[in-house]
Amino acid sequence: MLEIKNISKTFNAGTINEKTALNNVSLTLNDGDFVTVIGGNGAGKSTLLNAIAGTWMVDEGSIEIDGINITKLPEHKRAQYIGRVFQDPMMGTAATMQIEENLALAKRRGKKRTLKAGITPAEREEYKQALKTLDLGLEERLTAKVGLLSGGQRQALTLLMAALQKPKLLLLDEHTAALDPKTAAKVLATTEKIVTRDNLTTVMITHNMKDAIAHGNRLIMMYEGQIVVDISGEEKKNLTVEYLLQLFEKASGQALASDRMLLS
Amino acid sequence: MTSFINALPGALSQGLIWGIMAIGLYITYRLLDIADLTVDGSFCTGGAVCVMLILGGCNVWVAIVVALIAGMIAGLVTGVLHTACGIPAILSGILTQLALWSGNLAIMGMRANQTLNVNKYSVLVSMRYLSDVVKGKQPFYMYPIFTVAVGTVLIIAALYWFFGTELGSSLRATGANPNMARAQGINTNKNKVLGLMLSNGLVALSGALLTQYQGFADINMGRGAIVIGLAAVIIGEVVFGKLFKNFALKLLAISFGAIIYYVVIQAVISLSGINSNYLKLLSAVIVALFLSVPYWKNKWFAKPVKKGGMSRA
Repeated sequence: MLEIKNISKTFNAGTINEKTALNNVSLTLNDGDFVTVIGGNGAGKSTLLNAIAGTWMVDEGSIEIDGINITKLPEHKRAQYIGRVFQDPMMGTAATMQIEENLALAKRRGKKRTLKAGITPAEREEYKQALKTLDLGLEERLTAKVGLLSGGQRQALTLLMAALQKPKLLLLDEHTAALDPKTAAKVLATTEKIVTRDNLTTVMITHNMKDAIAHGNRLIMMYEGQIVVDISGEEKKNLTVEYLLQLFEKASGQALASDRMLLS
Repeated sequence: MTSFINALPGALSQGLIWGIMAIGLYITYRLLDIADLTVDGSFCTGGAVCVMLILGGCNVWVAIVVALIAGMIAGLVTGVLHTACGIPAILSGILTQLALWSGNLAIMGMRANQTLNVNKYSVLVSMRYLSDVVKGKQPFYMYPIFTVAVGTVLIIAALYWFFGTELGSSLRATGANPNMARAQGINTNKNKVLGLMLSNGLVALSGALLTQYQGFADINMGRGAIVIGLAAVIIGEVVFGKLFKNFALKLLAISFGAIIYYVVIQAVISLSGINSNYLKLLSAVIVALFLSVPYWKNKWFAKPVKKGGMSRA
């Protein structure tokens, strides 16, 4: 499904701020895999997702989705295969446009945009049904501007948009990190529902170790631009936070410093 | 006072013509979030192309269409400088505007102005028709206010349709949130170029109409056009913002904004006898004030947040 081979990315090469964000990373995902990604700040988690999404080009290595080499494809062309939800709730939706307009834009992901109507009456009905599954009452507010929604509502809507046109790969970049615990749990439950329903191949970054353990069938931990832990199958099911911490210390040779990961 | 009333039809016509320019500017300024300075040049380009073609014996409609295309090419240049060459949008516009200074002179045969005698050539709108129609020498539909108003409505209808299509929606998304747009597979660079072309096409069309109306094209005719356009957009939003929510009505509000602007300017000229050389200073002050008001309102008159706050969940 997803085949990442030896990708590297260095920011500000040749300057005092040089930072190797990805160091020869390889990763293979099977169809229907739901991988959670953990790691401290600056470990390269978001960089990995941005490399796959095409926010910028990698320095070395190759990325394939379903045998299609997308290494050199610009971001907007990769979008036909990839659905995304960002950490910042403001980033995934257009605030000045209506809920239904946002959905209609997402519905046409990967298709040529023509001079046909931007949204049809039949679509509206479809969006109403889709919004009902979120259980936020948004189905009654199709023409409301997205800017009026709360962060949690916007993340849920972005999630729906990412899955509206079934993507080959769903990328979730700490999409619950900016939300309060209760809302985060709700958005996470919706995530689980949508991923299971559509059997989506998913990569989800999280700062929360419990979430990382509770969700998905595989877990990877990153440290200094490399994947240092990769657990799946039965081993993943039996994971505990304590064991994860031990694994991290072994891999990195130091105690996990991030309070955020420990406390959450 | 009588001089003001006598000048009113002229101010209304000019306001309507500049309103088309302001609607073009709205596409870049509000929808794409780009302050496009190309317009100061492309407005004159439209006038120059139109006057030269009509003087060369071309049909007036053909002249207007070619002027529109010339404006679109100017927008294309700015767009390519911005997207393909990575130059900041505002600087790209300035570069094209500067280049157009020479370009416009070249179009006008290296002369700073070209006159268009309404007695010799048939034009669509002319200052002359204001009195001709009243005297009965021309049919009513040649009255400039009527002609340009019909044109404005047609343009608004076309834009309303376009921005409702798949392509038009993707253009609005590009301006609203480029990150989201790209994540939804929208080529934001292509859309920015398209928006700049559309905008400058309308600006040049407006320049072509003004040239016919006043009977000449002048190398300085576009100077400060962006400020007048912004004035129209902002006045329109301030005065009609609460009333006009629909996209077509918002565009109409801009046209009204341009009319208000010209009527106010005319009033200032007629009633105060101010030297018209101070008009640009006056325009700049008006626009600066209108742009400052929302900022001041937020800073000093914002409603305090209640204790406990709102749940943002």
